[in-house]
Amino acid sequence: MIFSRIIKSILGIFPIIIFLILWELMARMHLISGKFFLPPFSMVVSEFYNLTASGVLGKSFISSLSRVLIGFSLGTIAGIIFGILTGWYYLLDRTLSPIISLVYPIPALGWLPLLMLWLGIGEILPITIIFICSFFPILYNTSTGIKTVDKNYIKVARSLGASDKEILTSIVIPLALPNIFTGLKLESGMAWRVIIAAEMVAIPTGIGALMMRAESLMRIDIIIVCLIILAIMCFLFERFFIFLEMIFTGKWR
Amino acid sequence: MPDIELKNISNYICKNINLKIWDKELFVLLGSNGAGKSTLLNIVAGLIDYQGTVFFGKEKIDKLGVKNRKIGYLFQDLHLFPHLDVFSNIAYSLKIEKKLINEIKSRVEELLEMLRIESLANRYPKQLSGGEKQRVALARALAFNPEVLLLDEPLNKIDLQSSKYFRIELKQIQKKLGITTIYVTHSLKEAEEVADRIAIMHKGYIEQIGKPEEIFFSPMNENVSEFIGRPNILCCDNRINLGNGIAKVDCQGLSVVIPDDNKKVNKIALLPQDIYISEVLPPGPNINRFKGNIIDLNISNETTRIKVKVGSIILLSELPYHLFKRMNLQKGKQVFLIFKLKNIKCLS
Repeated sequence: MIFSRIIKSILGIFPIIIFLILWELMARMHLISGKFFLPPFSMVVSEFYNLTASGVLGKSFISSLSRVLIGFSLGTIAGIIFGILTGWYYLLDRTLSPIISLVYPIPALGWLPLLMLWLGIGEILPITIIFICSFFPILYNTSTGIKTVDKNYIKVARSLGASDKEILTSIVIPLALPNIFTGLKLESGMAWRVIIAAEMVAIPTGIGALMMRAESLMRIDIIIVCLIILAIMCFLFERFFIFLEMIFTGKWR
Repeated sequence: MPDIELKNISNYICKNINLKIWDKELFVLLGSNGAGKSTLLNIVAGLIDYQGTVFFGKEKIDKLGVKNRKIGYLFQDLHLFPHLDVFSNIAYSLKIEKKLINEIKSRVEELLEMLRIESLANRYPKQLSGGEKQRVALARALAFNPEVLLLDEPLNKIDLQSSKYFRIELKQIQKKLGITTIYVTHSLKEAEEVADRIAIMHKGYIEQIGKPEEIFFSPMNENVSEFIGRPNILCCDNRINLGNGIAKVDCQGLSVVIPDDNKKVNKIALLPQDIYISEVLPPGPNINRFKGNIIDLNISNETTRIKVKVGSIILLSELPYHLFKRMNLQKGKQVFLIFKLKNIKCLS
């Protein structure tokens, strides 16, 4: 069992190692040149070290991370609460769903010009963007999860003496968890993609802003460092929610 | 435990149902799909709207919600909560009642032991077999000591063999707890085995209520007779014990050998599918073999019903269509009927 897990892990890492070796070789042999200049992987690692040692990367990373954590947490909490309410209370759903249906399709970055005018360029702006980016999809997934719980479980719980509130908390919400986690997994990665884009366009600090500065200096190695950090953070956030999902639903699903 | 009385109960399926179920009785609602059995169960549970009055004992309970009717309900598809393990599924109603942890633990352990599922306490529903789920669902329905137990086709999700044992056990548990029980099924055999009394339902109406043998030997109308399989019913007397667990009786001119349990036999009944038909005299001892003439054939896609006149009586036999096609049976033809001895039902 453990042996097969190790084999699986090695098989998962193996293509990445091959890719990095090929990248290193192609860059060193100047197989890609001109405007597609690609620095070797070792140069990217070295630049990662320099940026970290100088504190530039850490500062930018902390800025982006704190924005994502605050915006995503607030968006998640609000999305789950509103999702539960709209999924459970029919009238509330009927009242809010036209508004949600209109606002939900607007991409989070579409709000940026408006929010820049309303909120100005400050910490509130990226947090609000992340909030919007997380809130609607999580609300939608939670609401759908609540609505699609098999009504027979509700009937059974009612026959066992449970009140509406007890049914909601002990049956419906736990059974909606898989849907809620689907939203969280998708949107945690999306929050990182959106913050980077927002920082590139409108906010002078953070990983996105660092990328834009690197672009103006034609420092492709720095851009690649930032992209790798973005990829790793998307991956880690998604893994975190997969882990939580396993804890909360793994036993019974 | 209360008697249950339904007075003039109607809704979109049930039509003017009047019914009294006695304290501690296991009452079976029997009928084909769509007859209104489960709907009637839901009415008793207070899960759907209806006109009329339901009494538990002398108390009208129409205004009580399902929560206050003290009903244990075993639903057809069980619906064990998938996110709760067996222990928590059974404990659910007790937690809702805010019982103390020790009380919950001891009650759940008592039920686990009663239903012989102690080893399953920590498993989740997805890890259980059909029969195990059935037991857990029953334990869950019984956990809060309900006054009435409603069972909606409790055996339809398990294999025949398990179902046979479980219904014996179910009956024992019901008698042990002395809980008034309404049991819904479409299986006559199941009903006969568990019921104290049976109500036959057809298209929302109750057609007949009686003990299993009353239903089988004295169907009140065509609908009941058709549902129970149109048994051939013969009046009998002059029982002679032949030893070896068999006896001979005279049934309206036929000398029939029957399983013997040392009781006087007034009637025998035999379902059409339990009367074989042969074009030639079958080999073997001349027991329960009768010569007659076909007087009518009713051919359908799956079965063929053949009316045969034997002496002064008319017997109905049934053949699968593929067997009928192989034979050359037609009106007026002489045939031999063979009664399946072990399937002869006797009314003492």
